[in-house]
Amino acid sequence: MDNSNVDKGRRRFLTAAATVVGGAGAAAGAVPFIATMTPSEKTKAIGAPVEVDISKLQPGERMIEKWQGKPVWILRRTQEMLDDIASQNEAVSDPASESSSQPEYATNEFRAREDEYLVVIGICTHLGCSPSFVLKDGDNSPVVDWKGGFFCPCHGSRFDLAGRVFKGVPAPTNLVIPPYKFISPGQLLIGDDSEAA
Amino acid sequence: MANIEKNIIDGLTGLRDWVDDRFPLMQNWNEHLAKYYAPKNFNFWYYFGGFALLIFAIQILTGIWLTMNYKPSAADAFASVEYIMRDVSWGWLIRYMHSTGASAFFIVIYLHMFRALLYGSYKKPRELLWLSGMGLYLVLMAEAFFGYLLPWGQMSYWGAQVIISLFGALPFIGDTLSLWIRGDFVVSDVTLNRFFSLHVIAFPLLIFGLIGAHILALHEVGSNNPDGVEIKKNKNAEGIPVDGIPFHPYYTVKDIFGATVFLIFFFGVVFFMPEMNGYFLEHANFIPANPLKTPEHIAPVWYFTPFYAILRAVPDQLGGVIAMGLATNIFLLLPWLDRSPVKSSRYRGWNFRCALTLFVISFFILGWLGMQPVTPLFTWMARFFSLVYFAFFLLMPFYTAIDNDKSVPDRVRD
Repeated sequence: MDNSNVDKGRRRFLTAAATVVGGAGAAAGAVPFIATMTPSEKTKAIGAPVEVDISKLQPGERMIEKWQGKPVWILRRTQEMLDDIASQNEAVSDPASESSSQPEYATNEFRAREDEYLVVIGICTHLGCSPSFVLKDGDNSPVVDWKGGFFCPCHGSRFDLAGRVFKGVPAPTNLVIPPYKFISPGQLLIGDDSEAA
Repeated sequence: MANIEKNIIDGLTGLRDWVDDRFPLMQNWNEHLAKYYAPKNFNFWYYFGGFALLIFAIQILTGIWLTMNYKPSAADAFASVEYIMRDVSWGWLIRYMHSTGASAFFIVIYLHMFRALLYGSYKKPRELLWLSGMGLYLVLMAEAFFGYLLPWGQMSYWGAQVIISLFGALPFIGDTLSLWIRGDFVVSDVTLNRFFSLHVIAFPLLIFGLIGAHILALHEVGSNNPDGVEIKKNKNAEGIPVDGIPFHPYYTVKDIFGATVFLIFFFGVVFFMPEMNGYFLEHANFIPANPLKTPEHIAPVWYFTPFYAILRAVPDQLGGVIAMGLATNIFLLLPWLDRSPVKSSRYRGWNFRCALTLFVISFFILGWLGMQPVTPLFTWMARFFSLVYFAFFLLMPFYTAIDNDKSVPDRVRD
């Protein structure tokens, strides 16, 4: 083949232009493949709020509900439990929940709308295990002088009864408080806090 | 009679020539088997590449058959595995071969990698051979991780939850990335379904391609050997390495013999101890996945535990994830960290020999620690041996440069 009359500059330009356009096309073609792996509409819908009847929950008792597929704990705290929380402000790493995740109405001493009820996502902020609820004076206290709280079996993180993380454990922040509201006494709505103060 | 025999041979030769005119059959046969010259001094350590190939074949075969009865949904997965175990004819055998194959794969790959460390097989001119092998190792880890979710037991579920959360610890992109991997806010049916797809199609194809690249790279540069001598430097008049022997029939026969012995051990495990006392199949995985409750004691399968111990040794969340990622990937840098001109540890000085010994010891101890619950003593041990682990790599440019290496012979020893 005779290449002597070829305009090489033009050929290079056309090759480069075709490569750029083709590359852009390939990148655009990758978008649907990446996007199809994000949560679908159905998955997002399952994340809808759940209504929970807490009228039968006794003081000191904890119940587990499922919201967005995650365990949500509802703990009805006794006065003694609240006193124990207040006495441990020195031992937890973020006592005022300044660098933790919770709605504004739960950014307080007991991390709750009403002091009596703790509503918290039961997923450790370290690597996502679900800690176990260990009562005060139990046989399996993770440390001496344990005042009750949550202990993660995976990597040993400890939280108090307000979901506040203790110092010196791998979890970086307090347990997450989901949005919630009381729709009537004894009726709790998890996942939605609109139209409430 | 002789006439019939001659006719048959002529017919077969004719058929071969007919194919050869249309497809490079004999060319490939010669290039990769009959006229691929491998060093004559291969020893025990040179079995494991072939074993890895054999296990890959077992995994593909049993995997195809498992897929015939397995159901990739959160509602049916656990029950379908039990169905395979109890009701499908010979289903238990197919399943135990696959689960034992997973652990066996890692055993032979670790031994194969150790061989490369022992004889310097990663060094120039075999850098790409080493990198393709490391790519295979990393892809194999992902493949094993995806597969472990499929039985949808408690360990499947919480193991996946912890590993995906590792990505969530990355700054800025972490939350989006882990949501994208799961396709849901937690590990769920959606996650299981996509892991099934990745486990049975995407990653096996990747492994297949990488094995091809690994073997092509090997046959381009030629095999290393226990003496670390380049046999291509010493060729006879026909251009054949003096210290080389054709791979077929010499090493095909050796490998077939080795494979027979390997399969005796392999089926010993499959038939008599498929759970390996909780190491190959963890006890908690015989309980269906429960997203509301984490088992009391969770640990990854044994082949991930050295890296898991390193993760737990670092008191900072992101730091732990980075250390773990580094520990798995730092092998990639070996060809450039090693400054010694000598390949085989037979002729290397005591610096490297001691370093390699300490590294192997710390790898085993970290592996053991990764299975234990967290206690202050174990945490400090994990920290110490993590340092030894990283020191092997990071100090390598120094201790190999000043090592008292011996002189390497010109030809391989008999």
